[in-house]
Amino acid sequence: MRNAFIRALTEAALQDKRIVFLTADLGYKLFDDFARKCPGRFFNVGVAEANMTGVAAGLALEGKKPFIYSIVPFATLRNYEQIRNDVAYHLADVTVVGVGGGYSYGHNGPTHHALEDIAALRLLPNMTVVCPGDPAETEGAVRALVRHRGPAYLRLGRAGEPAVHKGPVEIELGRSLTLREGKHIALLTTGNMLATTMQVAVLLEQRGLSARVVSMPTVKPLDVTAVVDAARSIGALATIEEHSKLGGLGGAVAEVVAELGLAVRFKRFGAEDAFSHTCGDQAFHRRANGLDAPALAAALATLVA
Amino acid sequence: MSKMQVALQESPELDELLARARAVRAATVRMAHTGKTPHVGSALSQVDILIALYFRALRPEDRFILSKGHGCMSLYATLAERGILPRAMLDTYAKDGSRLAEHPSPTGIPGIDVGTGSLGHGLSIGAGRALAHQMDRKPGRTFVVLSDGECNEGTIWEAAMFAAGRKLDNLVAIVDYNKLQAMGRSNEVTALGPLAEKWRAFGWSTREVDGHDMAAVVDAVESVPFAPGRPSAIIAHTVKGKGVSFMEDDLEWHYRPPSADDLVRALAELADA
Repeated sequence: MRNAFIRALTEAALQDKRIVFLTADLGYKLFDDFARKCPGRFFNVGVAEANMTGVAAGLALEGKKPFIYSIVPFATLRNYEQIRNDVAYHLADVTVVGVGGGYSYGHNGPTHHALEDIAALRLLPNMTVVCPGDPAETEGAVRALVRHRGPAYLRLGRAGEPAVHKGPVEIELGRSLTLREGKHIALLTTGNMLATTMQVAVLLEQRGLSARVVSMPTVKPLDVTAVVDAARSIGALATIEEHSKLGGLGGAVAEVVAELGLAVRFKRFGAEDAFSHTCGDQAFHRRANGLDAPALAAALATLVA
Repeated sequence: MSKMQVALQESPELDELLARARAVRAATVRMAHTGKTPHVGSALSQVDILIALYFRALRPEDRFILSKGHGCMSLYATLAERGILPRAMLDTYAKDGSRLAEHPSPTGIPGIDVGTGSLGHGLSIGAGRALAHQMDRKPGRTFVVLSDGECNEGTIWEAAMFAAGRKLDNLVAIVDYNKLQAMGRSNEVTALGPLAEKWRAFGWSTREVDGHDMAAVVDAVESVPFAPGRPSAIIAHTVKGKGVSFMEDDLEWHYRPPSADDLVRALAELADA
């Protein structure tokens, strides 16, 4: 996803001279191509995420279109008030880019785990929250965000996420993508759980259950129509995300389900509301939280049994 | 003292600036009274800086950010004095439904496009604006007024390092060094001083002035950048509550709205000055 992001942004920046890229001292050598092709528009601002965010707001006030980059917790929580006051409050055309969604940086420990960002950013007025699910969605999301004007958050995985889409995808902010039809349950997923969710659908099929898979690269604005349609036509909903169960896609969908009084079986799958004190890679932490495909399939089979 | 400073002191224009400063101080105390709001001391200490900027230094292509948003009463009053903000708007200050809150909003106020209130934000935004001007080789300086207490915020020093690193000599930070922050003496709450040395150490070309010597303040804001390739810092030594004897250097006036009696006494002092 990271490489797809850089590729798409570099391509867009060649056309759109407003685009400026700022990193808080992360991404060694990754942005050399951007820096070479877009001279004077790449800045390593140092390990100072809060300042980077304010600087980006100032650039946007002067007509630039900054993308600011760091690992998710430092790109979103360290500088949260700058995102709130300087970017969102000012309706500044700044895209915050967080790399390492969920447990991408598993071995690095909880300081680097990204489990609160979707909830935190979703809370801010004017903010668009985009979590692409594979490299194709990432490139589509970058193109959509370049067209978009206003505060946005782009949550990336890391590198090496499997391709789910067969070819390029156009992302329309606020619209979901249905990747697979099914009649027993709808699986709503965002971000880097997309490939796993597709595997879950296959595992469910082996149990005689057909699952609709809806990729929701935009968590805010949420595709409410897709949620309502899945609830009404299927009657069983599950959200799957590599994020806290609290406040992310699961929270957003739960708000819709509860407020519209949708009569539906519903379950949120995500990270437990806890810090991990055990070292492990992404797959390890997913298993520890029941987010691996076999565990998800088993739990979902129970839900619709 | 530079030549220009001498010239200005002899010119009638200095009297005009001083009269405008008194008018802005009077309007500020009036707003604090009618709005029943705190921070009148912080608003009064920066008045001479604002007058020097708005009546001498600022050009159409320049930018201004009040990073110490709680001092905004005197900014509103200065904008009205300058004819940028309708004077009638001042009467709405801090009233329900008004655009003029106790901290400035980025929308709906003529002359203001950056909203502040949480300390430590304005210098980074200013650095971004200055960077955009530098990238496009456009004229126009960005002036940011900070409070001394605000310099407790780590982001001020993040921005200071960044601006010096990018050689933003189109960026000017003015510290309203009134020596009092919300809970005590600024140099006792933290080891804030020596403040000018800190800015110098961070790579800023720095000048200290008496922030109530109008000629000196004008000279400083008109002399930027002090050194090519470096951002400029002006450490303006000021007195909290300046201009109203019973408010000067008294932390009480970080909190207390002036009563009707206080207002009468303050206006009398400002008229006599």
